[in-house]
Parts: sequence; structure tokens; C-alpha cells
Amino acid sequence: MNAVTDSGFVANVSYRPQEVIEALLAVLPAHCVLSRTEDTRPYECDGLSLYRSVPMAVVLPETEKQVQDVLIACRRLGVPVVARGAGTGLSGGAMPHAQGVLLGLAKFNKIKRIDPQAAIAVVEPGVRNLAVSEAAAPYGLYYAPDPSSQIACTIGGNVAENSGGVHCLKYGLTVHNVMKVRLVSIDGEILEFGSLAPDSPGPDLLSVFVGSEGMLGVVTEVTLKLTPKPALARVIMASFDDVEKASQAVAAIIAAGIIPAGLEMMDQQATQMVEPFVKAGYDTNAAAILLCESDGTVEEVADEIARMEQVFHRIGAIKLEVSATEAQRLLFWAGRKNAFPAAGRVSPDYYCMDGTIPRRSLGRVLGAITEMEQRFNLRCANVFHAGDGNLHPLILFDSNSAEEVRRAEDFGAAILELCVEVGGTITGEHGVGMEKINQMCVQFSRLELERFLCVKRAFDPPGLLNPDKVVPTLARCAEYGKLHVHGGVLPFADLPRF
Amino acid sequence: MNTQIDYLREQVLAANASSKPILIKSGGTKAFYGNHLSVNEDVAVSLDMTALSGVINYEPTELVITAWAGTPLKLIEDTLKASGQRLAFEPPSFGSQATLGGCIASGLSGPARQSAGPLKDFVLGSHLLDAQGNVLRFGGEVMKNVAGYDVSRMLAGSMGMFGVLTQVSVKVAPDPLETVTLEFDVDEQTALALCHGWHSQALPVAATAFDGHLFVRLAGAPSAVASARRKLGGADVPLQAAHALWTNIREQTAEFFMNQRAGSTGLWRLAVAPNTPALNLGETVFEWGGGQRWVNSELDASTLRAAATRAGGHATLFRSGSGQRLPADGVFHPLSSGVAQIVKRLKNEFDPKGLFNPGRLVFGL
Repeated sequence: MNAVTDSGFVANVSYRPQEVIEALLAVLPAHCVLSRTEDTRPYECDGLSLYRSVPMAVVLPETEKQVQDVLIACRRLGVPVVARGAGTGLSGGAMPHAQGVLLGLAKFNKIKRIDPQAAIAVVEPGVRNLAVSEAAAPYGLYYAPDPSSQIACTIGGNVAENSGGVHCLKYGLTVHNVMKVRLVSIDGEILEFGSLAPDSPGPDLLSVFVGSEGMLGVVTEVTLKLTPKPALARVIMASFDDVEKASQAVAAIIAAGIIPAGLEMMDQQATQMVEPFVKAGYDTNAAAILLCESDGTVEEVADEIARMEQVFHRIGAIKLEVSATEAQRLLFWAGRKNAFPAAGRVSPDYYCMDGTIPRRSLGRVLGAITEMEQRFNLRCANVFHAGDGNLHPLILFDSNSAEEVRRAEDFGAAILELCVEVGGTITGEHGVGMEKINQMCVQFSRLELERFLCVKRAFDPPGLLNPDKVVPTLARCAEYGKLHVHGGVLPFADLPRF
Repeated sequence: MNTQIDYLREQVLAANASSKPILIKSGGTKAFYGNHLSVNEDVAVSLDMTALSGVINYEPTELVITAWAGTPLKLIEDTLKASGQRLAFEPPSFGSQATLGGCIASGLSGPARQSAGPLKDFVLGSHLLDAQGNVLRFGGEVMKNVAGYDVSRMLAGSMGMFGVLTQVSVKVAPDPLETVTLEFDVDEQTALALCHGWHSQALPVAATAFDGHLFVRLAGAPSAVASARRKLGGADVPLQAAHALWTNIREQTAEFFMNQRAGSTGLWRLAVAPNTPALNLGETVFEWGGGQRWVNSELDASTLRAAATRAGGHATLFRSGSGQRLPADGVFHPLSSGVAQIVKRLKNEFDPKGLFNPGRLVFGL
């Protein structure tokens, strides 16, 4: 029996679970295969716990050869495979497939090599983000992308999601800091994209692969670029009595030719939520605060901090505080990085959005979100990467009420659609996964979505790797009732639809 | 510009209907680059992009410029300069007729690639006219965007093999506050060793080039440049001479690039792991701390490719010597079989009839 999966590919569901488990046990030691529900349930969701599905089986291979064998077996039987790192993702990208195999890479946790002179680290995908910087620290180097979950999230997951962090305005996203990936294709073949050289021949497959959310291949090794640790970093905390003014200050910093090491905004709702929890010293009376970091040599930082202060004064900051010590700098950031856990303290549940907008629209969109709080009757704290225009509205709700869950989801969808409307995107760094698949219909046209499916087919012809995620089918878009309308005109209005 | 797009679309659809190859042309400054073997020019359609010109959107505080593909690169650079900004990857133009589309499609970066990163890192979005006449939008104008696959980055450097770039959004950067160039009188191996030593330190080294002497460009905050200059030593190069020097390296108007050596198979570009020692393959100019090596060599393609492979990279016949036979498998390094298979499937998905710039980037595709 054949069934059409949501991603438009035909998956053979003629297999029996027992047959799949036997095939897995034929290529893996018994302790690497979990199939009893009490063992597989812990894997039912990632960081987005709204979406859950218990997989048919979980495999935890220990060698690249075993990954190859698992993929070959799954390909032969037509079984979907979902790869997973630490499961900290926020878009359901690692949510299992109920009839599929969840491929956990937790045991690939070795840092294979650090070459201080070349400033590179060769790591397995299950290595935690922060562990790379810790291992590189003795050489005066670190790994620049620092998602807030860096204490737990893994490099494999970072590659899948193209993770950012608070310092990517200056140092780039994962894609800018990965030199090479080694991966296993759905055919069980080992491939390498990128190299230690500045570029590779042919079209750049590494660029497509990073951020592909586990849909194109399973990573077994990553070569990362390390960055020399600056001699000094200091951060300014600037308070504003008006969110619009704080937004203007963000544009003014950029206009002054400054690229800060980090430029983050928190609104009052966010600082009041975080301060009792972290005691970072935030100005909870301000309508919004900016955290603006400068790094480099001692003289360079002194010069840049002075220029930044000048800009903030000119825009009308009501208070400026510059970190005096490294401990204070880390404390300022600790508040920012712990905003999500803090949200978990003040609300039974929170829903984190990830739209990115042009900086010029910050004031308008933040204002609209405030209005939406009334409309959906839910609170929303804003804590985000202002320098990149990457919003993280945290919608606070209670999942015990189905009605409130629905309102939270509608609130989130309304924010994302506004982001697209002002020329932005539905996701800046968390990925589409399961969560934002409907909004893909808003951001892209039918033909553009089809072209994404073309890319998927080129890497994964049977469509077994993380199916039903990221790229919606046209039928799904029709059901959601939104198809991208460009310039007020439906593209190719004469084509038959669905 | 809709009329221009319609005109391009008509030509593409006509070529598609009669299965004629489409050669995308703009300023023609990079016509020498890539393979030109598999097309009989008489039966091909030459798609002229130069009329599709102009800046669409530029707001300095957004750090992004969006322009039509046929916009002269010079106009982009002048527009940015007026606001104290620039293309941080310093693309070579190889002539005043160079356009943004050709720049992005060829994917070439200049000296500052060493510190700023490659061209593809700056491509935020693009529009692609495909073989069916559709204009598809990938990416956008925002700094961070992970919705769908990052197709616009893949189009950078794809030499038109997937279709026609009609517009591109590029991330821009503020000009550095201060720039200083230093000169070191050292041999190639010493120059490489110096570069490797600096690589893992927090120094404002923006670019390096060796052509018999090592040149180092420092850029950034005045205080950082001053302290690095004290640390590195070397002799100061006067501002104007420094400007000429970097321009001549980037535009390949330096003497090394202009004079074809007798017996040379051409100008080869080897991209290798930067910490590779001197390769001794012929007269060499290197950039990017040793990552990009230009070689005027008498050696044949297979010898040079083997050397590049051993050094973790690849070798391209960038400009062929006059009267020299081209390598049988094309000017670019052959792809590994697994990668070649995916590239072939991508080409078939995007351009099923194989109309766009056949063979130009990937031999046989």
C-alpha cells in the first residue's frame, strides 16, 4: 500500500514495525535500539512541546558506519527518519514521525581535533555548542555563534537550524562559521560539502545544507571556524522611556558606522519578568532597555563605547550603565539569556516567536504586538536581537486551556504574518519545523515552494529524511487558506489550483 | 523594469520552445571565466542583461542594497561610498562594464575576503528567472532568514547554471575608520609563516598579499590599527601606493597577471587550506593568508590538481594561456562523484532542458 505523505513524496508504509526493528537490530547492538513506549516517549518532542509524536523506534548509533547502515535499512523499507541532537529546537524540527525512526546523535559527542594555528575545530554533531568554546579557550579562541541554549544544544542541531545567538550581528550565524560538513545521504553514502580551503568547486551545496533542518542528510562530522577571543568586551545598558525611541537608537548605532558585538532589546514586560529571577541590575522602570556590546583591544573598546554612548545620549536615553567588570558584563547577558526560563517562572507556558523584520519597522511592529495583546487577551514579552531585526516575542499562556492554546497560536501566526507584510521573514534562526509550516504559505508562492521540494528531491530522492516538515504541500496551503499574493495579484491566476 | 523582465521572459520562453541554449551576458568582463566548450554559439540565444539596471532599495541603516542584476558594479560601489559603506568582500570587476549580476553569479571575492568572508555570505536574497519564465524569490532583505532552503546563497557563484538572476539583495558594511598597509621584505615561505602566526590572534588584519614582498592591510578602529602596526613591524606603504597595490591585485592588473609567461599553461587559481606551505608549482602570488594562490605554471592540469587536492583544496584554470589546450574535463576541478550526482539532480530540477549557460560551471551540465 502506498500513501502520499504531506511533503508530496510517496512513502511505502507496507512495512510492519517488527520488521523495521529487526532490520535495525541486524545492524546495531541491542542497546542502541529503543522500541518500548516507555523508552521512546522521552523523545516525543523537542523544545516545542506543543507538538508531540512517539516514534516507532529510537536508534542511538555509535559509529558513522552504523548511521550508514540505519539509513540503508530505512531506505530499503521506506521508513521515515528524523535526526535529533539535544532536542532543544524551538520549532518542532526534531519532532518524531509516528511511523518512523528517530535517529539520535547524542553518542557522537567527541571533539576530534582542535588546530589552534588554523583556528578550526573538528567535532562530532552531538558535541554541545558551549563545549567547543570551552575546549578552544586555552588557545585564546572560541566558537562565535552562541544561541541562548548553548549550554545544551549541539553542533549538529546548530547546523540543521543555522542557529544564531546574541553575537551574530558581528560574527555571523552558523553558516558563516562552518567550513565543512561530513554527512551520510539517504542512500548511505558519505559526502563532504565545503573544505578547509576558502571555497569548493561547483555550486555551493554547503550553503543549502546548513539550515536545512535535517531534510537533506545526517551530519556525522563538522569542521568549525574558531575566532580569536577579543582582549576585552564591555556592554552598555541603555534605558529608554519609550520603545519607539529604543528602536530609533538601534538604527542610529548602525547609521554611525558601528557594528556592535551584540545589540539586544528587552521591553519592560521582559525586564520585569527577568529581574526578580536573575537580579541582573536591569532598569525595570524603563519602557525598554538595550544591551549594546563592544569588543576588541582595550583602546578600541574605550573608543567604541564612547561613540555608542554619544549616539544613545543623542536619541534620548534616560540612563546609561557600562559594565565595569567581566562579572558584571556576564550578569547583564545572563538576564538576557535567561529570559526564556524566566518566562517559564511567571507563566505556566510560553510560546516564542522568531520573525525577522527590517530594522526600520521595529517601532511599528512592536506597537502592533502591544495592540495584539489586547486583541488576543494574552501577555507578550519582547526580548530580542534588535541589531539583526530578529524578534522573539514570548507569548505567555496556559496550556491547560485548549482555548488559550488556540489564542496563543493565533497570536503567534498574526505576528509572523505581520513580519512578512513589512518585508521580513517568519523565522530568523529557529527554523520552520512543524510550527511555522502554515506561514510558509504566506511567505512563499506555489512555485517557490515547489522549488524547495526540487531541492529536497535532489538530495533525498525518496523523501524519507524528516518528511512533512518545513515545506508545506500545496494542499496544506489551500487548507490553511493562505497563498502568497504578490503585489495584490494572484500569480498565474489562470492555473488550476488544487 | 517590468517591461525589461517581460522582454527577458519572452526570450527565455522562445529559447525554451526551440530548446536553444541561453548564454547570459552582461558587461562581459568575466567572459574569459569558466568553460566555453559545449555550446555552438551560432544556435544559442544571447541574453543581454544590461538594460535591467538600477538600484531598487538602499537604506544605509538597514545595511542592505537591492538592485537589478544589470546595474553597473561601479554604480553600486559609488552609491554605497556616498553613505560611508561598501561591499566588504571587495569583488573584482575586471573592467568598467562589470555588473552586480555578473559579480554575484561568478562569486569572486577580492583581498578583504580574508577578514570579511566570501561573497556568498553577503547575499541575502535574489530573484531568479527560470526556464519556464517564472520569477522566483529566495531569501529577502533581512539579516537573518531560515525560512526554506537558502537557495540565494547557492545561486551566488553558480555561473547562471540554474537560471537568470534578475535582482539581488546584498548585505553591506560600514567603511573602516582607518586603513594602513605594511610591507615586509620576505620570501614566500616566510610570508606564509607570518600570516599563519597572525591568523589565530585578535588582530585587525583585513587582507594579505604576497608578490615577492608581503603586503598586509590593517583596518578598523584607529587605536586597534595603531597597536597592531607596532606589534607587526614592517614598513608603511604610502596611502596612494597602497590603494594602487590592492587595486592591481584585485583587478589582476599587477605585472604578474598581465604578462603571460612563455610555456605557461595559463593563470591557475589554487584554493587551499591557508596553512599549506609553499607549493613550488611555479611563479606564485598569494592572497587570503595563503588560502588563494595564483600560479603561472608550466605544469599540466593533473599535476596542479593533485597538488591542490593534497592541500585540501582545488585548482581552477582561471585564464588559459594563448594557444594552450584546455583540460579535457574543463577548467574547474572535477566534483567528487557523490556531490556531482546531487548537482546533476539539482540542475535537472531547476533547468530540465539544460538551457542555461551549458557546461560553464560544471562540465557536461
